[in-house]
Amino acid sequence: MIPAPASSRSLRSILATAGAALLILGVTSYLVLPIIALFFRTTPELFLASLANPEVMSALTLSIVTSVISLLIVILVGTPFAYIHCRNTYPGKVIVDTVIDLPLVLPPAVAGMALLVLYGRAGLIGKYANLLGISIAFTTLAVIMAQIFVASPFYLRQAKSLFDQLDPAYELTARTLGASPARVFLKVVAPLTAGGLVSGAVMTFGRALGEFGATIMFAGNLPGVTQTMPLAVYVNLAGDFNAGLTISILLVLISFAIMIAVRYFAKTEVPHA
Amino acid sequence: MLEATMQKKLRDFTLNLSLHVEDGSILVLMGDNGAGKSTTLNIIAGLVAPDAGSIRFNGSVVFDSETGIDIPVEQRRIGYVLQRSAVFPHMTVEENIAFGLNARNHNAAFTKGEVCRWLDRMKIQELAGIKAAGLSGGQKQRVALARALATGPSLLMLDEPFSGLDSESRRSVREVVRECVADLKIPCIMVTHRIGDARATGDQVCHIRRGTITGTEGIAKVD
Repeated sequence: MIPAPASSRSLRSILATAGAALLILGVTSYLVLPIIALFFRTTPELFLASLANPEVMSALTLSIVTSVISLLIVILVGTPFAYIHCRNTYPGKVIVDTVIDLPLVLPPAVAGMALLVLYGRAGLIGKYANLLGISIAFTTLAVIMAQIFVASPFYLRQAKSLFDQLDPAYELTARTLGASPARVFLKVVAPLTAGGLVSGAVMTFGRALGEFGATIMFAGNLPGVTQTMPLAVYVNLAGDFNAGLTISILLVLISFAIMIAVRYFAKTEVPHA
Repeated sequence: MLEATMQKKLRDFTLNLSLHVEDGSILVLMGDNGAGKSTTLNIIAGLVAPDAGSIRFNGSVVFDSETGIDIPVEQRRIGYVLQRSAVFPHMTVEENIAFGLNARNHNAAFTKGEVCRWLDRMKIQELAGIKAAGLSGGQKQRVALARALATGPSLLMLDEPFSGLDSESRRSVREVVRECVADLKIPCIMVTHRIGDARATGDQVCHIRRGTITGTEGIAKVD
């Protein structure tokens, strides 16, 4: 077979490079252009003016407060849960694994409906809570519960993966040295998995902050009580468009900071003994 | 002195053996992969529960299936260096050695004194403030050994303590093990694959096959 001339080979190489560049540019543009468009639609003056809008500040405060509370609950309950789950064998472990991941694929509106059916005024649990004078649905508590439901898998998956990767030799050695299980966790397991856990926590916070579907179904859209930032964006589409735009930009900036944090903390690897 | 008998149903066979190790003496367990050597150490340490048997050392019973005694792993006072030395990479060498002393609530002055003594004993004083993640294999083994011995154990167990070491580190760690066991007058069980390590370190060798001892011999007879 006669080899292709050098000029033909170089043309093929140029075409391949151009094709690859076009593909990368196309995909990146598709993802980034809508976000850039948000910034072009407003001006710094309008942005700052909207920030002074009480409705924007109320949504911002509610979102931050509820997301922080959700995150703390997920960390405090999810960390020991994931650790115990990983270090033990028990009947139905595979089912528990699947259930943990379920909210990731469940449409958020369905999650909201499910929460409402369980905790709503006429719900399976909600009706008893109602008898005791406790309302869950359409309260700030419902916002937090919806956020935990949809966002916790991000932390739980990450924590499970880290604990599975961690060489048990560290924990076994610490136990033989006289450390109690709690000390082993606090002094050995937690520091060795801290980077990954923080990365999972940041992702969870981001998901909680952006939660919309389950919140609107289960908590409603009451300004100052359950109207979080994504809900305020939706409401202001037909109202104060600039306020909606400002909240959107704030969410983009927070999301960007979250991604930087995740990339930073994801670099820390679980060590091997 | 260590006296242990144990039965444990494993996946492919039943571990069923008795061990006797005098104070200041090193018993070497040899056998193929999966013969039950590491499981034996884990049972003595309290990390794996045997189905039946009894384990006694330093005059105390730590496990007895008949009387129901089962002392938790953290109270057995065993120095156990696992196959991968498991030196805590996020701690300095000093912090590693102090870990067991702090876990046992010794006061700061005593802990500091013991850490200095073991740094000196293992000839790793210059590594005191260094994060353990950056240590060589030989240095890690010395730190692991110092950490295990600093708590004043009544029994020392070493699982493949020389694996991954170059010949110089291997020789020096072997010497340290022999010296420490003789000085502290505690029984020691060591698992190894290498006959050279068994000869150079041990006093007695037990050959294990599928969970049972197929032969016990003085070190001079091993070949």
